[in-house]
Amino acid sequence: MSIQNKVFAIIAEQAILAPSDVTLTSTLDDLGIDSMGVVECIFAIEEEFDITIPFNANEPDKSGFDISNVSSIIAGIEKLISEK
Amino acid sequence: MKRVVITGAGTINALGHSVPETLEAMREGRCGIGPLEFRDVDRLTIRIGGQVRGFEAEGRFNRQQISLYDRFTQFTLTAAKEAIEQSGLEFTGELAAKSGVVLGTAGGGVSTWDDNYRSVYEDGKNRVHPFVVPKLMNNAAASHVSMQHNLKGPSFTVSTACASSNHAMAQAFQMVRTGMAPAMVTGGSESMLCFGGVKAWEGLRVMSKDACRPFSANRNGMVQGEGAGIFVFEDYEHARARGAEILCEVIGFAMSSDAADIVMPSKQGAARAIAGALADAGINTDEVGYINAHGTGTAANDKTECAAVADVFGPHADQLMISSTKSMHGHLIGGTGAVELLACIMALRDGVVAPTIGYQEPDPECALDVVPNEAREAKVNVTLSNAFAFGGLNAVLALRRI
Repeated sequence: MSIQNKVFAIIAEQAILAPSDVTLTSTLDDLGIDSMGVVECIFAIEEEFDITIPFNANEPDKSGFDISNVSSIIAGIEKLISEK
Repeated sequence: MKRVVITGAGTINALGHSVPETLEAMREGRCGIGPLEFRDVDRLTIRIGGQVRGFEAEGRFNRQQISLYDRFTQFTLTAAKEAIEQSGLEFTGELAAKSGVVLGTAGGGVSTWDDNYRSVYEDGKNRVHPFVVPKLMNNAAASHVSMQHNLKGPSFTVSTACASSNHAMAQAFQMVRTGMAPAMVTGGSESMLCFGGVKAWEGLRVMSKDACRPFSANRNGMVQGEGAGIFVFEDYEHARARGAEILCEVIGFAMSSDAADIVMPSKQGAARAIAGALADAGINTDEVGYINAHGTGTAANDKTECAAVADVFGPHADQLMISSTKSMHGHLIGGTGAVELLACIMALRDGVVAPTIGYQEPDPECALDVVPNEAREAKVNVTLSNAFAFGGLNAVLALRRI
């Protein structure tokens, strides 16, 4: 499965939606994922790709990992994988 | 209803091994938070905390005691000794039969769990020490205090995460106030600063990697501490009859449940607990001079707490002082309200209000007088101590100068 499809699956599971309901431009907020859901998504992504995401729930904008929409999350994952 | 006073206080925490040491550090705005030192700390992303330093069980306790006392029990016994010695009470006869111990802890013997899981899972051992269970149980500390000091009345442990100590002290207060007990030993203790304890907190992504800066716009999370705070709550007439030194009076409390979210705090729940404590104490908002805030340094807590204070106090919110001493000793989780009560006692007795250190940038959503960075001299007649726990369980205590 591609990175994109894996991310769609992880996010869909958190949002209790079908992967087909997730698009590259969806935001986590659009999908109904709250702050606890965000932390769970980050954890699931770390586990799936064996990466460490620098995410602090107190200052999500300053974490150096852009979670503003699904495509920015995928870009962040690709960058962390390439840096491994 | 009896009047209730505090006649003894004891503590051990990152700021000091006694009440005088702790209050001196609070007056000086000293920070007890630093690099964590324990096994496998290099596998953590969060590597700072308010660790108690220079505390060796060996020398304080004998070999048999060490096999029974988790670090949270060791802290409790050390603080209880200081508090009970200060009170001058000796528990014998009727006094012993009626007086008890109510303590708070969130995790109990966390490092005992941690060490023994490591032993059976990582090291593959198939045998653990026979006293693992009595060492790790949440009520171990309360039981050992009762045994050491001959306290035979109502004794138990309260566990409500970060509000454990305040819930415990509210219970003890209620027992003395109603005449059920002439004196109660109360407070709380926590010792989660071990690999598993910090690893669990790390998962929540709310911990700061550099400092606890409550109410400061650039805050980035909480920092854990450890230690204990123990007090003797006593019937005022009983204390006066024996000529005891009185530190302050406990005048009211309230508890509330947000009934909303397991981790996100609620302004309404906090405000109901604060307003409830004032009502229980029978005081007006303008009598409160200082609030020891829950003030964890997380985005969620600090904004909610300031909004709740503004709601309850109205225009008087701008007149009172509110500080978070967690900036100095860290968040002692189930023991935090007990150590923070010391800042309330210092304000009432010594006229010194402990600061919120690490304060760098004003936050318009926390626009109260947070006593930034330096302690302040002020005459304070009434103080509140806030505790708002995960699970939405809140407990606020009100104290008065005497």
